[in-house]
Amino acid sequence: MTMTSPDFTLAALREHLDKKDLSAVEVTRAYLERIAATNPALNTFITICEESAIGEAEAADKRIAAGDTQPLTGLPIAVKDIFSTRNVRTTCGSRILQNYRPPYDASVIDRLKKQNAVLLGKLNMDEFAMGSSNENSAYGPAKNPWDRTCVPGGSSGGSAASVAARQTAAALGTDTGGSVRQPAAHCGVVGLKPTYGRVSRYGVVAYASSLDQVGPVTRDVRDCALLLQAVAGYDPADSTSVDTPVPDYAATLEGDLQGLRIGLPDEYFIEGVDADVHQAVTAAVDRYRQLGAQVVPVSLPHTAYAVACYYLVATAEASSNLARYDGVRYGLRAEDAENLIDTYMKSRAAGFGTEVKRRIMLGTYALSSGYYDAYYLKAQKVRTLIRQDFLEAFNQVDVLLTPIAPTPAFQLGEKVADPLTMYLSDIFTIPVNLAGTCAISVPCGFAENGLPIGLQLIGKPFAEATILQAAYAFEQATDWHHRKPDLP
Amino acid sequence: MKISRADVEHVSRLARLALSDDELDALTHDMAAILDYVEQLNTLDTDDILPTSHAVPMENAFRADVIKPGLTPEEALSNAPDAAGTLFRVRRVIE
Repeated sequence: MTMTSPDFTLAALREHLDKKDLSAVEVTRAYLERIAATNPALNTFITICEESAIGEAEAADKRIAAGDTQPLTGLPIAVKDIFSTRNVRTTCGSRILQNYRPPYDASVIDRLKKQNAVLLGKLNMDEFAMGSSNENSAYGPAKNPWDRTCVPGGSSGGSAASVAARQTAAALGTDTGGSVRQPAAHCGVVGLKPTYGRVSRYGVVAYASSLDQVGPVTRDVRDCALLLQAVAGYDPADSTSVDTPVPDYAATLEGDLQGLRIGLPDEYFIEGVDADVHQAVTAAVDRYRQLGAQVVPVSLPHTAYAVACYYLVATAEASSNLARYDGVRYGLRAEDAENLIDTYMKSRAAGFGTEVKRRIMLGTYALSSGYYDAYYLKAQKVRTLIRQDFLEAFNQVDVLLTPIAPTPAFQLGEKVADPLTMYLSDIFTIPVNLAGTCAISVPCGFAENGLPIGLQLIGKPFAEATILQAAYAFEQATDWHHRKPDLP
Repeated sequence: MKISRADVEHVSRLARLALSDDELDALTHDMAAILDYVEQLNTLDTDDILPTSHAVPMENAFRADVIKPGLTPEEALSNAPDAAGTLFRVRRVIE
């Protein structure tokens, strides 16, 4: 079997490798060729791991030949450039880390390596995961494979765009306010944000530590379950990871939806949502009724306050986390400094981009003497109200169904001049991070202009199996996930 | 609470960020707009609400006090902009 253009799910590749009609080396070469051919147009990869990927594929083939195969052995995966990868450049989309090579692996990378997955490269992203469009990358924006004049979404824009463009079979991203789900929706692929604590954050460059979670980005729901299975679980190196058993997600995928209670939050079906998005999501609701689910209205009354709450909590945590970039131990150092304080001030000024500076400033202000109670503490209290909304809704229903974003992907440059408008594009994804629960984005249609639309299913804390099952049933009843972008 | 350019300059020193005049002007404008937006939180009565610092309720996480391998000095210094022996070298701190 030869491959001019690789087009596989993880599950399909697993079968080929197990039957040995394809080798991991052949598959890896095919994806590397595809990346080389398409990356100039899409700018999805910041670093491509040509040599190490082939070496890893050879090791995987040996392992497969020896009959010691694990679920991800030999499967090509790319990761957002936020994951620390030993001796492989990790920029986090920033100039300040442009030559940084971590001396250790993130725990999720370690898990992939233990299974002999193949790391194809490091994916483009908004600098320090701060953004909704990938336009805040110091390495230029990734492009949306469905329309290269549009953003792929962010901050895991490279993760979603590379999977949609068949440059990799699957990817990992991170989601602090929607950064896996929103780009997945904008690129027509599946993305899941696990419950806070489900996946280790050790070695994941920190943005807002109480909100950050690692999530899979895949072609379909089965692959999503497969990749989540590989990375989920307690990690002693992350004291906020939770020691709760990880269920077998694939085993429950095919359950039927008879009696599943789905809630439609009034606050997510509002004016200002694009007509095509509204229509696609409404059609999905009808589909769920046909599949046997019970659909009821619910209310999450504090939804309108979530964006304001998020931009205080997340920026405060970011200002503290990003204090470590001081030009002393790693990262860019300004050479023209007169003393140590000047080294800090000038290195940070030269290394950080506009949005990162804006969020550090906002967070520093919200934490500063005299403003802490008015801003940071107030936001933490509102966070309690938002979390309670979800817990109360989950007394009535099993799953919440909403749009992922108010509009399909927007044009490159459209929102860069106005940070507040950009922030509001995350209005439907941010509340889930504040509540700390899990949610998945699945393709549910296309806008008239040909851009994909995503559906959000939100689950109870640690109920990833339930939202995967609900997403899988929808996917089997529709064919949105079979469409692919017309590519160079 | 309207933020002034002087406030922004003060915060930039706290944040250890050297900002140009243009950046200070732009940030004064942007931060004022964002702070104006977040003002809506004050319409909520939160007097009796406890703050959430973490979504998953958790107590202190303890582990056994056992020595485990960490980075070698060479690894720890491998990304240093400037190093001397097993030390990070920086500009003089004490005159």
